[in-house]
Amino acid sequence: MSGEFRRAARTALADERLRANMQNATRTIRDRRARAVSELPDWEELRDAGQAIKADVLARLDDYLLQFEAAVETAGGQVHWARDAAEANAIVVEIARTHGIDEVVKVKSLTTDEIRLNEALARAGISALETDFAELILQLDGDWPSHILVPAIHRNRREIRALFEQTIAPGPLSDDPNELAETARAYLREKFLDARMGISGANFGVAETGTICIVESEGNGRMCTTVPELLVSILGIEKLVPRFEDLEVFLQLLPRSATGERMNPYTSLFTGVSDGDGPDELHVVLLDAGRTRVLADTIGRQALHCIRCSACLNVCPVYSRTGGHAYGSVYPGPIGAILTPQLIGVEQAPSLPFASTLCGACYEVCPVKIDIPAVLLHLRARAVETGAPRQERLAMALAGWLFGGAGRFRLIQRLARICQRPFVSHGAITRLPGPLHDWTRGRDLRPVAGESFRAWWRRTRR
Amino acid sequence: MRIALFVTCIGDTLYPSTGRAVVGILERLGHEVVFPAAQTCCGQMHLNSGYRDQAAKLARRFSAIFAPYDLIVCPSSSCVGMVREFHPQLAPGAEELGGRVFELTELLVHRLGVEELGASFPHRVTYHPTCHSLRVARIGDAPYRLLRAVAGLELVELPDAAECCGFGGTFAVKNAESSIAILEDKCRAIASTRAEVCTAVDPSCLLQIGGGLARQAQGARALHIAEILGPGGPG
Repeated sequence: MSGEFRRAARTALADERLRANMQNATRTIRDRRARAVSELPDWEELRDAGQAIKADVLARLDDYLLQFEAAVETAGGQVHWARDAAEANAIVVEIARTHGIDEVVKVKSLTTDEIRLNEALARAGISALETDFAELILQLDGDWPSHILVPAIHRNRREIRALFEQTIAPGPLSDDPNELAETARAYLREKFLDARMGISGANFGVAETGTICIVESEGNGRMCTTVPELLVSILGIEKLVPRFEDLEVFLQLLPRSATGERMNPYTSLFTGVSDGDGPDELHVVLLDAGRTRVLADTIGRQALHCIRCSACLNVCPVYSRTGGHAYGSVYPGPIGAILTPQLIGVEQAPSLPFASTLCGACYEVCPVKIDIPAVLLHLRARAVETGAPRQERLAMALAGWLFGGAGRFRLIQRLARICQRPFVSHGAITRLPGPLHDWTRGRDLRPVAGESFRAWWRRTRR
Repeated sequence: MRIALFVTCIGDTLYPSTGRAVVGILERLGHEVVFPAAQTCCGQMHLNSGYRDQAAKLARRFSAIFAPYDLIVCPSSSCVGMVREFHPQLAPGAEELGGRVFELTELLVHRLGVEELGASFPHRVTYHPTCHSLRVARIGDAPYRLLRAVAGLELVELPDAAECCGFGGTFAVKNAESSIAILEDKCRAIASTRAEVCTAVDPSCLLQIGGGLARQAQGARALHIAEILGPGGPG
């Protein structure tokens, strides 16, 4: 059941540079978040509010979606409903085709990465340019995101310099982040001015007003959503908030949790279309792609509360060492471990719910209080139901039976004491065969004691 | 007071000296310790591995065995967390029992109001606050208070103390490479304190940390807090 995650994690953990990059980057963001959060005396109340709003959205999602659709249309936008990735991609391709477009600029691409929109566009002969700095880096290198918020977190600036020199830079560059950013800016600026169609994701959709909210740090999102004459925004159906004023809560929770900033640098809010300002045509695609299935699970559905801040990634002892690629999904880390198996089916990603020590650090930082460890446990049980290896089932059944009576338990203690003899030297076990080799590959194992506690108790107290 | 000891399956089998120390500490304070001999495991391994039905059986078994006792002590915050937080989901009527189960340091400081145990331990010690002691059993600062009162003990701060040791039950073998990577950093942090002993309130985490320290020959050893605070059981 550890299968795929373990294999991918092994590769990542063997990469020293990756581990150093991850460790530095997650530590920096983690510390910054902790500082930003400690400034707010009402942080816990904000978390409660965020959780309550999201729970309400999910409880009445059907109403809110229809309200949102009506509001978008009243404001001059068009709403499309997509059951799955294929439908969503077909909708976007069709919009581009009808307008004779073969080049698009993109921003906030997480959801479009989930549905592999760029590949669908490429198949239709449409080239898509990522304009988020980190997404651009990955696109230029044929790589994919390893973090929700900092997609190129696994890269350092020397690697980025080398990549830019080979791709978009007119001349030699230095490692200076400002110079690297300026190079990307100059490259992107031309593209923005030529672009006729923009594609964006969204952070929030307001049911009451039909407003779409995009939160970003570079301003490229604003370029993408205002310069082209045609804009398509793709939202997972869980991205709604009921009222405009609800944004007050999330625009405090999100930047502090995500980047450790008090306020987000660029917050764009747009509602439908307006004459002479921004795009002439707005299409909003509402994406299900497994979300209604998640909604049906009363324990698992809280994963849909997620506002994609990534705080859980940065504090996770597993993620901060393996990086995001090991999770095999655009949603890595603890949230990915509970979201991906639910979106695509536990049987498709049975190793992910086990990719956690259950340390609980994720739950502690989650701005909308998703009880990630509880959902992990829930999904582990489902993964076992849908197909645990026979060997493991037998081992667990045997352990259950042994724990079922003190006599049996004493017997196994005695048996273990005898069986361990060939492996104990100088009071430690340094090498074991079979599945327990996975323990001794990096740690000694303490041997079973010569006299168990219960034996000592019997001997001395009776 | 009459206190029932839940020694845990790992404590019973691998760390009997921890259980003996708990008995010693409580008896020296004048309490009567009883050991319900039918006890085995709280079911945490099964629950955390996805085997809910077997976990539920063990939870019901635990409830039946410990129901007669007003106060139960356990030298593992993780098992206390299991009994308090998860048994109620698995075994009907377990909520009430959960309120009577305490982790050792929590029992001493918060329930019995004792911080000074007259212990002496002239060594440089660092404390690893285990994840479940912080976030599930929530034992607060009880271990620090007890350690500060130990004669001769030099308590040094552990860098990134609240970070997991990488144990995680079956995670330690299912995702061995990740578990070991996390452990290596924990051991490095311990080594940086130049402590002779790393202590904690969970035998399972100490199994991991102790195994890592021994393998990497870091100089420090892992020791349960009860064995620092206690005189060791007679015999």
